[in-house]
Amino acid sequence: MKKRDNLITYGIVILAFIIFQVLAATGHLSSHMRGLLVPMTYYAVIAVALNLCVGILGELSIGHCGFMCVGAFTSAFFSKVTQNVLPTAPRFILAFVVGIAFAALFGFLIGIPVLRLKGDYLAIVTLAFGEIIKTVINAFYIGIDKHGLHFSLKNAMELGMEPDGEVIVNGAMGITGTPHDANFTISIVVLLLALFVVQNLINSRDGRAIMAIRDNAIAAEATGINITKYKMLAFVISAAIAGAAGVLYSHNITSLTASSQYFGFNASIMILVYVVLGGIGNIRGSVIAACILYVLPELLRGLNTYRMLIYSIILIVMMIVNWSPKVIDWRKKTFGHFTVRKGAKA
Amino acid sequence: MTLLDVNKLSISFGGLRAVDDFNLQIEKGELYGLIGPNGAGKTTVFNLLTGVYKPNEGIIKLDGEDITRKNTVQINQAGIARTFQNIRLFKQMSVIDNVKVGLSERFKYSAIEGILHVGKYRKVEKEMNEEAMKLLKVFDLDGEKDTLASNLPYGKQRKLEIARAMATDPKLLLLDEPAAGMNPNETKELMDTISLVRKEFGMTILLIEHDMKLVSGICEKLTVLNFGRVLCQGETKEVLANPEVIKAYLG
Amino acid sequence: MSFLTYLISGLSLGSIYAIIALGYTMVYGIAKMLNFAHGDFIMVGCYIIFSVTASLGGNPLLGILVAVVLCTILGITTEFVAYRPLRGAASPLAVLITAIGVSYFLENVALLIFGADIKSFTSVISWEGLSFADGQLRIQGVTIVTILISVLVLVVLQLFIKKTKQGQAMLAVAEDKGAATLMGIDVNKTIMLTFAIGSALAAIAGALLCSAYPSLSPYTGAMPGIKAFVAAVLGGIGSIPGAMIGGLVLGIVEILSKTYISSQLSDAIVFGILVIVLLVKPTGILGKKIQEKV
Repeated sequence: MKKRDNLITYGIVILAFIIFQVLAATGHLSSHMRGLLVPMTYYAVIAVALNLCVGILGELSIGHCGFMCVGAFTSAFFSKVTQNVLPTAPRFILAFVVGIAFAALFGFLIGIPVLRLKGDYLAIVTLAFGEIIKTVINAFYIGIDKHGLHFSLKNAMELGMEPDGEVIVNGAMGITGTPHDANFTISIVVLLLALFVVQNLINSRDGRAIMAIRDNAIAAEATGINITKYKMLAFVISAAIAGAAGVLYSHNITSLTASSQYFGFNASIMILVYVVLGGIGNIRGSVIAACILYVLPELLRGLNTYRMLIYSIILIVMMIVNWSPKVIDWRKKTFGHFTVRKGAKA
Repeated sequence: MTLLDVNKLSISFGGLRAVDDFNLQIEKGELYGLIGPNGAGKTTVFNLLTGVYKPNEGIIKLDGEDITRKNTVQINQAGIARTFQNIRLFKQMSVIDNVKVGLSERFKYSAIEGILHVGKYRKVEKEMNEEAMKLLKVFDLDGEKDTLASNLPYGKQRKLEIARAMATDPKLLLLDEPAAGMNPNETKELMDTISLVRKEFGMTILLIEHDMKLVSGICEKLTVLNFGRVLCQGETKEVLANPEVIKAYLG
Repeated sequence: MSFLTYLISGLSLGSIYAIIALGYTMVYGIAKMLNFAHGDFIMVGCYIIFSVTASLGGNPLLGILVAVVLCTILGITTEFVAYRPLRGAASPLAVLITAIGVSYFLENVALLIFGADIKSFTSVISWEGLSFADGQLRIQGVTIVTILISVLVLVVLQLFIKKTKQGQAMLAVAEDKGAATLMGIDVNKTIMLTFAIGSALAAIAGALLCSAYPSLSPYTGAMPGIKAFVAAVLGGIGSIPGAMIGGLVLGIVEILSKTYISSQLSDAIVFGILVIVLLVKPTGILGKKIQEKV
């Protein structure tokens, strides 16, 4: 059952990939739509990451775009520095390693204080961290010349570089000219890998321990489950996958800035909407919801004005329909047991 | 041979001595009952034994090993498993997965092997499944292995909680009011289950209970708690005949 | 002298945070939920005052009155429609995510009605303020009024909770909903009253915030809202004097770090404080420890 479920998810992703490729090859995709394919995929990736945190670990993070931001900037920095040294393929692979490793490291560092907290506190601290990461990156100036790296928190002039030096991170202007390495095929591969990691994790002893903590931390502890260890494991993997989404992001645009629009808590909440609509704990649902909710408003321009309004209503209605004890009772009475939320597909 | 040896255990909350000078010796293989009126400190004793609270004074020894200052996870690994007064299952997980969580410290593979499904993963998972099914059969839950724990009927949820505790391979099993909220039929079935656990696994059991029929029916020894202190201790028959116990508890 | 000026402006900003934090802390203490949308009630209040004064030419006081009434109604409605159905939900995340939804809903409704452009808000306080030491130290009227109002709000709230039946009911519900019900307290009504008071305070905070920082957009309330939550946590969530202390500390730290460290990093510093407090003393300065019963 579980195995088949996982295979269906991979199948859906691959099928969608083939359909889009055929449409593109036969000229049925507008250039606008083709431009949406990579973002659509990395939003699906980060939705999977957030669902691991919210649905499987059971802790709400509203700063996940902060990890995406870390992945984006560290990998873009790496690619920019090694642009003329390494050929494209190994450089991009290494960029992934760098982005994912740094996002995981930040996940670990942030996890130390955050995972001691619960529920609302945890949510607000992840939000705080997301904002801190964004603000700090915006204040950074890093340049390189023949003497090596130069840092400043003031401005590019303060770097004190030789005339041949190059500014790489230019404060709020971010990083410009990152090589355009990401494409739809690579993005889909990353999505499949993210799905592979998360779905396998759910069906392993570590995954079960994580879900046990979500369902009842006190009982999990009494059953011999080390809460801190498994919470950290889930959080770090989630941050690492968000970092991978960031690598795709920064290698798909020319000018990378730590703006609120892409990395602020608003962006994190947009991803939360994907997760909630796809079903909390339902990994496949996150992928489908992310793709549809990202592409639809982009295509229907009229809808774009109302996009966030509609999202907010979706959030409220979905939560009440799925979680209100009264509504659940009513559904049980009316439709019997089978419609009650299935929970994690585990 | 003494399995659990508790000496002069005390804990205060604020000014209140919730448990005071509590002593308890349980022999291997015994079924021991802890009774007392509401608020007497029974669950507090369980929480002290399982490391949820740290005692102000006293020593807890399990099989000769001092576990007084250990945390809940370490105590579970040392060999004490428990159930809860208000059932605490992993509700959104299947019945078999609940048991497999209990097994997970005994059947190990690394996180990497788990994520990539390589190495020992397949072999260990297979062993885990077999062991889990064996346990579920004992508790007559094997037919519902893929049901969500929250969808089980009440009596079976109690059983699953015991099965999960047994999965950690404990030396001592603590049952906190296992018959709470059960009808007479379910209670009867529960008594059978507890007897079965003793027979199958040779388990030592300490249970808190209000249902006097259950207590007098299966417990060999009793300790009566009142206002955090031991009122009376000994063979079930003698304890239940003690006039002080009748006065304080049975009224 | 300049340090004193910054300190006073920190106190003033802190007083605004304190009033917002009071709303947060009461709702959190009594309904046990983080009303993420609380900051947006401030924004709604500001737009109402703006509409009454700038568009309809009304008196600022009338504007505040209308804002208080409408925000109270909004608070009660939100609680009834969005939060009450989720009381007792299996996951505590449910009501939090819904509150985030409400926050987004309010921001986007405001965006559709008033547009994204920043409105210039006319201060509701026309008093020039005081001048000391031959004009070297000037304190603006809005600063003084803000500090006075926050003290007044604190005193009135404390009296309300200590002296009235409804206030005592709030304490009882905060302590134990089940027991309060057994004592004949209407829990739903008490929580509704809490939301009403919190929302009315948000409207007042809005008037003060936009008088001191006169630019109004649909996102005006979001950041102060979050910072006020930080203040509530800092002071000890659920504690009314704690919210006051937390608000003042946060306001002063923000202004001083903006002035002396870096204006860009001041938000990071404020959030950094939250992280440190939660690490060192998760219950805040005046908070109580709560342990889940096993």
